[in-house]
Parts: sequence; structure tokens; C-alpha cells
Amino acid sequence: MANQQMTGSEILLKCLVDQDVTEIFGYPGGAVLPIYDAIFNQNALRHILVRQEAGAVHAAEGYARSTGKVGVVLVTSGPGATNAVTGLTDALMDSIPIVCLTGQVPTHLIGNDAFQEADTTGITRPCTKHNYLVKTVDDLARTVHEAFHVARGGRPGPVVVDLPKDVVQAPGVYTPPNKIKLKRYDPQVKGDLKAIKQAVELLAKSKKPVFYCGGGVINSGPAASQLLTQFVRLTGYPCTLTLMGLGAYPASDPQFLGMLGMHGTYEANLAMHDCDVMVCVGARFDDRITGKLDEFSPGSKKIHIDIDPSSINKNVRVDVPIIGDVAHVLEDMIKIWKSEQAKPDQKALKGWWKQIDEWRAKDCLKYTQKGDVIKPQYAIQRLYEATRNLDDVFITTEVGQHQMWAAQFYGFEEPNRWMTSGGLGTMGYGLPSAMGVQVAHPDALVIDIAGEASVIMNIQEMSTIAQYRLPVKVFLLNNEYMGMVRQWQELLYGGRYAESYMESLPDFVKLAESFGAVGLRAEKPGDVDGLIKEMLAIDKAVIADVKVDKLENCFPMIPAGSAHNKMLLGPEDKAEKPVTEDSMVLV
Amino acid sequence: MTPKQETENAHTIAVLVDNEPGVLARVTGLFSGRGYNIESLTVAEVSNEENLSRITIVTSGTPMIIEQIKAQLSRLVPIHAVKDLTIEGPSVERELALVKVGGSGEKRVESLRIADIFRARVLDSTNESFVFEIVGDTGKLSAFIELMKPLGLVDVSRTGVVAIARGTEAL
Repeated sequence: MANQQMTGSEILLKCLVDQDVTEIFGYPGGAVLPIYDAIFNQNALRHILVRQEAGAVHAAEGYARSTGKVGVVLVTSGPGATNAVTGLTDALMDSIPIVCLTGQVPTHLIGNDAFQEADTTGITRPCTKHNYLVKTVDDLARTVHEAFHVARGGRPGPVVVDLPKDVVQAPGVYTPPNKIKLKRYDPQVKGDLKAIKQAVELLAKSKKPVFYCGGGVINSGPAASQLLTQFVRLTGYPCTLTLMGLGAYPASDPQFLGMLGMHGTYEANLAMHDCDVMVCVGARFDDRITGKLDEFSPGSKKIHIDIDPSSINKNVRVDVPIIGDVAHVLEDMIKIWKSEQAKPDQKALKGWWKQIDEWRAKDCLKYTQKGDVIKPQYAIQRLYEATRNLDDVFITTEVGQHQMWAAQFYGFEEPNRWMTSGGLGTMGYGLPSAMGVQVAHPDALVIDIAGEASVIMNIQEMSTIAQYRLPVKVFLLNNEYMGMVRQWQELLYGGRYAESYMESLPDFVKLAESFGAVGLRAEKPGDVDGLIKEMLAIDKAVIADVKVDKLENCFPMIPAGSAHNKMLLGPEDKAEKPVTEDSMVLV
Repeated sequence: MTPKQETENAHTIAVLVDNEPGVLARVTGLFSGRGYNIESLTVAEVSNEENLSRITIVTSGTPMIIEQIKAQLSRLVPIHAVKDLTIEGPSVERELALVKVGGSGEKRVESLRIADIFRARVLDSTNESFVFEIVGDTGKLSAFIELMKPLGLVDVSRTGVVAIARGTEAL
């Protein structure tokens, strides 16, 4: 078998099969026709035809994030590749393993401004973890196998393999992954034991500790979440999660403080600000988390566990850096904690929890559902109540207010259940992502908690959803505004709502029907429960158009450039804490 | 503590990379994309059998930025080794410049006299010009070029810094 002559396209597909790929998301075009012809002639790989390449990458992201596998995308040269750029950047920012195969004009035409030619490796260099241009069929198998190795290894990310048409047409020989020596890219997974020991000592002596954990825990695999939960419970310390980390620690656990950051809970942010030891596990101190950098957690010693050395000391200087895979490091930490018989200062810890409970008593997420208008928070809370006890539920979101409300009001008990665009904040992510999740989990309940402005950005994927009969539910919080833009305009730009109102929106019920899906609508608070019940009972795709309060703001909020303890808790706070000129430049 | 409060220093960083298309663009793209400085950059193949090139970068920044630059470089797939020659043990640095000086009479003689002091060699000579070759550290080259300005400096071509650690260690 190994020496049998095959075409480049056949070699490519064999590589995918040997890398455990079963589904790919793509869109054909001239440069990838040989590959599509090879797909036509086989049954091992299922191809999902999207309606635009951006949808393919987001679908692969949802697929990857909900399964832990590498998501695979196949697009054509030129516009196919450039349309994929947003998704690739999204995957890079959120560390999602993607292999994106792009067609390319034949090698002898590269550089000639040929039809549908783009410098794909040049364009995607800054938005991929790594990329390749395969110049001969002899390099094809090795390159594709290495691409998977790079995409899933270390801190995961997107990898582009650019495939000139003549290369995939040429005859060649396949080499299986076990016959290829990967010389490059070997990230450190075991943490330095001395540093781990130092971290445990620091933690054990701490009087006001906090665990601050992120998407790295989820990327490290389900075992990492279990180890994290075990360790947090062993210590009795409080734990907060980033947007990307939700699900890494059970939301219903009393030691969970909720999400932290710009729209995180009061107790989580104040605990971060006042703690004396912070353990950052697989998170990266980004600006949505830290707020004003020089006032970020001023009195704490910081321990940082990350597989990517470039995340250490990037924004915040840490005292104990530990480079390694979260699961490996946590395993060692638990071992050392137990063998040293670490005994936290229970009296101090009790005082710390008392303080945290006082912050909790503020009830920072409270809202009032009264009158005839549906509060968006209420709609999400009802959705959560109706689905929390179901077995197999996945939530995706678009980007904006609804995303933050979903993060605040939907509780996740397990990792890999929550798909959202964190780092890049890509509107239009949720619908294709939900599609990818549903492809990976055909029998699961997959809900895209959406805003009307975002969902329209990739609404064409309703057609894909129809073609593959994917029963994706779009739970649409429709306020007829780009809600987060409008909120900032209200808070920072004197209520001048420049271009944030969405006129001429489609009738989402009819839109759903036109794609063979079911459209539902709720206009009064009393309709919400019925709508959710109906939506869950339908085994087809649904767009549930929930008309919510148009002017509701997302609180709590740390205005950009402010410190954690300068949080706005609600509308009554905003007059007292005006936003400074300095922070106006920040986003 | 913000990075602003710290002083910026020049560092010479040696990088061993796979000699493949795009690797230089990856390195320079990293610097431009993240807003780091490049004061000088040289690159050439150093091992034909292993297909390796060596890049020497002179950059400046606060200790936190320099640490970032090294970490960011290290995680690029085609990069095998990154070494900060400025802080990791003693090293030697050299740069070569070709300096063209035009003119005649007294100034022409003076340029030749200074070239002799700096141990610059004459590579080319016409009745109205010299091309000098000078090797040394960056400061010496700059001083020489400065002195040539009033004597009819026409053109300069510099290689940028190459550097290597002292002692027996390889990169």
C-alpha cells in the first residue's frame, strides 16, 4: 500500500483519514476541483457544503471545540482563501485547532496574478499558527501530517496548507504518519517541578487566594477540568473563569464566583483585585480581564500556568511562571499538595469567604422583569432553566450583549459545551459554529444564543443547516440594535446612536420558513416559556425570535481602562463614575 | 508596574531557522505586527546539509519586551534556537561596511589617512573616489562614516551585525 502510486488528491484524503478526520467543511472552486473529484470517489470522509467560506471555518471551530478534535476546512484559491481569513484569525485568538486546506493556482502560474490567485501563505501568515505552500507532491503527506501535529500540539491553533492544483493532480506516494519523523515543534508539557513546588507553597500560605482559569484548561482536555475541580475543592479556595474557560469548573459549585472581566461578576472581579495569591491556569491576562493594567490586582503574588511561554509576562509580570500543559501541571500540583499535607490557614480563609459572600450579596446580576417587555436576561435564564437538566446540550453565541448575558446567566457544568468567539469577537460566529457542533453531535441539543445583528452576518448558513437537516436552534434576542455598540454610545458618546439601529430587519419567522426551518416569536414575557417549550419539541432547525427590551444595558461593567474595583453595577452607577478621556481611546 | 517605567536596551539575538521560503517574512512580520524594533537584521545559510540559516537581530526594548520577543520567536515552527547574546554570556559582534568617498586633493589624502587609522581597506579606487571596506563593531563603523562625511562621503552599504557567543558552546 505504502508504495502504491496515487494522485496528490488521494494522498491528501488518505492523510485526513489517517489523522482521524471524518467530516470536513468546505466549498469547491476551480483550484480544488481535483480534490473534490477524489472526495466524490470515496466514502470515508463526509463533506459538509457551506454557503460561504467564513461559515466553513466557524463550523470547523465549533466542531473542534465541542469534540477536542482538529476541525478541517477545504476552500478554493483566491476568494475562497481570503473569505476564510476571519475564521482563521478567530481560531488563532481562541487557540482552536484547525487545518485549513486552500487551493492554489498551479505552481508555474504562482506570482503571475493568475485568475483566482492570492498570496495565501502571505495573507494568512499573521493569522495562523503556521502555514505551508506545498510545492511538490513528494512533500504533500509529510506536510499535511505535520500540519495536524502543529494545529493540535502545544497551544492549539489554525494551520493553512496551500495546495497548488498541479501538486494535487500529480502522481505520488503516500507516507503514513507513523513513518514520518517530525523534527520540529515539540512544546514542553511537563511543568518544572521546582516551580510547581514553589507555587504549592505559596498557595498553602495564602490568606486570600483565588483561582483564575481560562480556555487553556478546556484545550488541555476533559481530564484537566476534572483535575482543576479536584484541586479547587481540595484547597477550598474560590475559583473564577474567563469567557473562554466557562465549563472548566462546574457553575453550580459554591466555590465558583462566576465569570470575571469586563462583564464579569462583582465578586469575581473584587476577589481578583483584593487577593494575595492568584493562580492563573490557562488564561492570558488579556485586557478584558485585567482592566487598567497598573491597578490590576496590586497586592497579589501571581502564579501562571501556560503551555505557551509567550503568554508569560506578556501583560502582567508574574512571580511563579510554570510552562506546561494544564493537566500535567495540575496533576503534579495535587500530588505535591497532598504529599506536603498542605494546610491552608482556615481562619484566614473563613474571613476571605466572608468577604466574598458580602460581595456576592450585592447580587450584581440582578434585573427586574416587569411590565410587558421581555428582558433579555430573563429569556436566557428561562432557557437555562428549561435545558439545564437535559443530557446533551451545547450553546454557541454570536458577539455582543447577548453573548455576555449568555455567559452570565447560562451555567456550564462541563467543558466543551460552550462555543463563543472570545479573543477576536467575531459577529456571525454563532450560527455556523452551532452547525459544526451539530454535525459532530447529531443527536444533541445545539442552541445558538444570538443577536439579530450578528446572526445576519452569516445567515446564509441556514441553507447549509437545511441541506443537512441539522436541528440547530437559534434563540434570537432581538432588540433591533447592535446592542453593545448602542450601549457604549449611550455610556460614552452622549447617546448619539450613530448607525447602531438596524432598520429593515427581515421577518425572522418567515426567514426561517423560507429555509425550511420553523420560525417562532415571543413578544411578551408570558410567551417566553411557551416559546422555549415549543422550540425544544421541534426536531428541525428553529429560529426563535424573542423581542427583547431595546435599551437594556449589560451590567455589571468595568469600563475600558478602569480598575476592577471601579465597576459599574447598574444604570444608577454610571453618573457617579464618569469615563475618563484616557479610557475613551480603548475599546 | 507598566513597561513604560523601564529603560530600553539594545539586545543582539541569534536565531537558528530552517532555510525555507517565508521564514524571514515570519520573523519580520512578527516584529512589525507586534510593534517591536529592528535595528539590524542579517540572514544567511549556515548549514547546507541540515538546511539551516542563522538570523542575527539587533533590537531594543524593555526587559519585558525583550523577553516577549524571544518567546514569540521561539514558538515559530521553523525556529530551532533563540539566544540572547547580550545577556547570555560573553559574545563577539562584527559588522562590515562598504563606504564610498568621492573627492580630490587634500580631502582625498585625508580620507586615506583616516582609513589607515581605522584599518579600512581600499577595495576600489578611481581618480575621484575610493571604496573602503571596514570591519568592526557598529560603533567603530559609525565613527568612521561620520569622519568621512566632510571628506566627501557618497554612499554606504552595511551588512548589519553578525554575532557569536565566545567559548565552546554552539547555538
